[in-house]
Amino acid sequence: MADAPTRPSPPARTDALTLTPALRVVGQPVVRHDARDKVAAATAYAADWAMPGMLHAAVLRSPHAAARIVKLDTARAAAMPGVAAVLTAKDVPRNTLATDVPGQTTAVGPLRATLHVLAEGRVRHQGEPIALVAAETLEGARAAAEAIEVEYEREPGVFTPEAALAAGAPRVHDTGNLLAHWHVARGDVTGGFARAAVVVEGQYETQFVDAAYLEPESGVAWIDSDGVITIRLSTQVIEHFRDVAEVLDVPQNRVRVIGTYLGGGFGGKEDVTVEVYLGLLALRTGRPVKMVWTRQESLLSRAKRHPYRMRYRTGALASGEIVAQQVELLADAGAYAYLSALVLLYSTVTAAGPYRIPAVEVDARVAYTNNPPTSAMRGFGAMQTVFGYESQMDRVARALGLDPVTVREVNALRRGDVLPVGQVIETHAAVAELARRAWDELGPPTPPRAPHIKVGRGLSCNFQPYGRIVWLHDWSSAWVGFEMDASLVVRSGVPDVGGGQASSLCQIAAEVLGVPLQSVSIHISDSALTPLAGTTTASRQLYMSGNAVLKTARELRAQILSVAAPMLGADAGDLAMAGGAVHGPGGRTLPLPEVLRQCARAGVPRSHLAVYHAPAGEPVDLARGSGKVFPDYTFGAHAAEVEVDTETGAVRVLKYAAAHDVGRAINPQSVEGQIQGGAVQGLGYALMEEVILEDGINLTTSFASYLIPSAADVPDITPIVAESGEGLGPFNARGIGEPPIGPPAAAIANAIEDACGARVSRLPITAERVARALGLVV
Amino acid sequence: MIVSFVLNGRARDVDVLPSETFLDVLRDRLGIFDAKEGCDEGVCGACTVLLDGRPVSSCLVLAPSVRGHRVTTVRGLERGAGLHPLQDAFVKHGAVQCGFCTPGMLLTALAFLERHPAPTRADIRTALEGNLCRCTGYAKIVDAVEAYARGDSNGG
Repeated sequence: MADAPTRPSPPARTDALTLTPALRVVGQPVVRHDARDKVAAATAYAADWAMPGMLHAAVLRSPHAAARIVKLDTARAAAMPGVAAVLTAKDVPRNTLATDVPGQTTAVGPLRATLHVLAEGRVRHQGEPIALVAAETLEGARAAAEAIEVEYEREPGVFTPEAALAAGAPRVHDTGNLLAHWHVARGDVTGGFARAAVVVEGQYETQFVDAAYLEPESGVAWIDSDGVITIRLSTQVIEHFRDVAEVLDVPQNRVRVIGTYLGGGFGGKEDVTVEVYLGLLALRTGRPVKMVWTRQESLLSRAKRHPYRMRYRTGALASGEIVAQQVELLADAGAYAYLSALVLLYSTVTAAGPYRIPAVEVDARVAYTNNPPTSAMRGFGAMQTVFGYESQMDRVARALGLDPVTVREVNALRRGDVLPVGQVIETHAAVAELARRAWDELGPPTPPRAPHIKVGRGLSCNFQPYGRIVWLHDWSSAWVGFEMDASLVVRSGVPDVGGGQASSLCQIAAEVLGVPLQSVSIHISDSALTPLAGTTTASRQLYMSGNAVLKTARELRAQILSVAAPMLGADAGDLAMAGGAVHGPGGRTLPLPEVLRQCARAGVPRSHLAVYHAPAGEPVDLARGSGKVFPDYTFGAHAAEVEVDTETGAVRVLKYAAAHDVGRAINPQSVEGQIQGGAVQGLGYALMEEVILEDGINLTTSFASYLIPSAADVPDITPIVAESGEGLGPFNARGIGEPPIGPPAAAIANAIEDACGARVSRLPITAERVARALGLVV
Repeated sequence: MIVSFVLNGRARDVDVLPSETFLDVLRDRLGIFDAKEGCDEGVCGACTVLLDGRPVSSCLVLAPSVRGHRVTTVRGLERGAGLHPLQDAFVKHGAVQCGFCTPGMLLTALAFLERHPAPTRADIRTALEGNLCRCTGYAKIVDAVEAYARGDSNGG
């Protein structure tokens, strides 16, 4: 059986690799080890785990969006047969989870985001946890949770950020409803608008959406034989073991988190999910405990993507050159802070798009409401703004009679340009060429099927940071070592969310150390046994942990070659590692096991641990536009062809091309998968997904009502993988996890206007909204 | 009550409650985790198994109703020590990311291909409509199913 995968169809457009040096494993579309396990159903996901004597857990959640708890009585529940524990806030050693948000928000000041593990006296959103139950059976745990007696006194709530910020609004928290406020100003905005030939104003609204991974939040906890509280769960952040320890009031080295291969994350498993609850229940009962959220519970209680109200004002010269842009953003944080302040920071930095605009002002606020909390989700605040700035870009082009590619070429960011926040673009910015390639990829126009069907095309470019904010001082560590038989082991704390995170690290190690990919084993995502690698978020793992493995493997290589050099009578610098052997000048070769035995005899380690530190910096003063916020950005451009039924408003996507400069594709097949999958999530955001709330009450708590794209809803996405050879990751790679989700909403909105003249500025773009824009419905 | 059925070619007698779903029987009574629970309401397809060769959402099937039937999960597809060619095709075409939908997707695709051996890409997309995937955007899944249907050697 040949091991090389075939090329996909539609064929990807991949640049010829002109990068040096020639690589064997990196850059190849290699088969991922985890894929082989997954097709055989051999992968043990978090819920696929059972232990002798294991209890089952349930959470009691608030049915109200805003209420005071006037009575909470667990006696009846606790007395039910088979119930092992019922916990409320008073049973939690430290009931507050806190995260510092470094940097500063312009108007609000430094922020410490806190939330109660279990509600204390008040509930601020529907689904807020109030009590935990562990019982012999799942049915028993659920029945006991329902038997807990709670009396609520309803309170007035606020359900939009505008209402939250109005004078006299009920306060969600005592600190007031404004959670964060960022302001960026650069250049002479008033003067810019004064010399503009055209000024386009637009208001855009985006919706709450859910990560909607197929695997609900789940895990099992137990007290291990050494007394360590061990929690095996589906998480993007094993470092939450420290949060568990804080809440349980035990030393941090007495809690271990084992992260499983995830059934999807998309940011929704970045904040804590089940681990704190499981730790509490395992500690209380001394027994293994399992918690698996139902789909309803997941949709009800997990943090969502922030809805935004955006006002854009864009001024351009007749040439299409944009000379001024003003942006106002208002976001809904829901009831707790989580990561909202940072999400808003991403929006603030990216609000003007991947364009060189001399005068920009961005004012961004996020407010508490009694809606479900919002937090991280793929794109992290750099996504909503794409809908704003790319809708504007299209309207500028239309107003000036320019074609969509030209207006972007005229304004595209280039290396050396300065973002409104003061950050200089230091790597190749491929916006213009990507826009052209994506647009051209659509090919000849599709003829409309019927007179009432109109066909149109839209373009949308974006840029997304990869790697964490520079003042978070990011790092990742990795361990690489040879066994005596020359098989290789990699240890990394990286959680694998399904993007091939672990597999790419194996490729990098195999490349540097000259062994076949099949002889590399990797152990990941264990806070006790694998070197910490940081979170699988922010499109950072290939960049950070890829660099960590690259550095570790290179240093290990030097160690091994220092032993091989005298054996071959050559300088270490003249040696090569390939095919499981060390090669010297003149065709002299030593099998690796021989060199490794000599390492053992000489006392030279056959393994190595190293840390990669990202370039760091101090917090910038955004208002003064003074510096670097993110390490670097990934640029992209998507082009869509749609048909619009002008009798019903129904939209169908006919063709879709998505181009991103990934610097270097470590595994081209995985890169294509990220682009195709991200684009389809973005199409769901554009056309169908919406968490519908009525005064904070979620009306879409099942997959029958919260709709995500099925295979029949979307076309083939043609991925265009551009490789500029410039990026901060290993072998000059850039992050590609988040970027592809950004452009679709604007690409679709722009294509719809091109088809039928209707501009829809509110997501999702349902048939009803198109019909309204067409004047079919009033 | 005891329910007898054939699971992946092997006769099984399992003591179940009449109200139990077959998904719970597989996962909680037999410790077979091949079928995943994604929604527990028959929408996502992650819990798909084959009942006499037809795909069903096992979260909607009550345990007593499998009495006397043949049930196939993903492990029932493997041939000897190797993977089924459709499994190979999924691996080679990059049709697997997080993998949570994969067992259900494989079984639905296989049952479809037995009845429709030469499908178009549009046919394949329609057939897989009941199996949600949040990672891949579906294109590579369709690639894999198409390649297998074409009979490309080794699924590829």
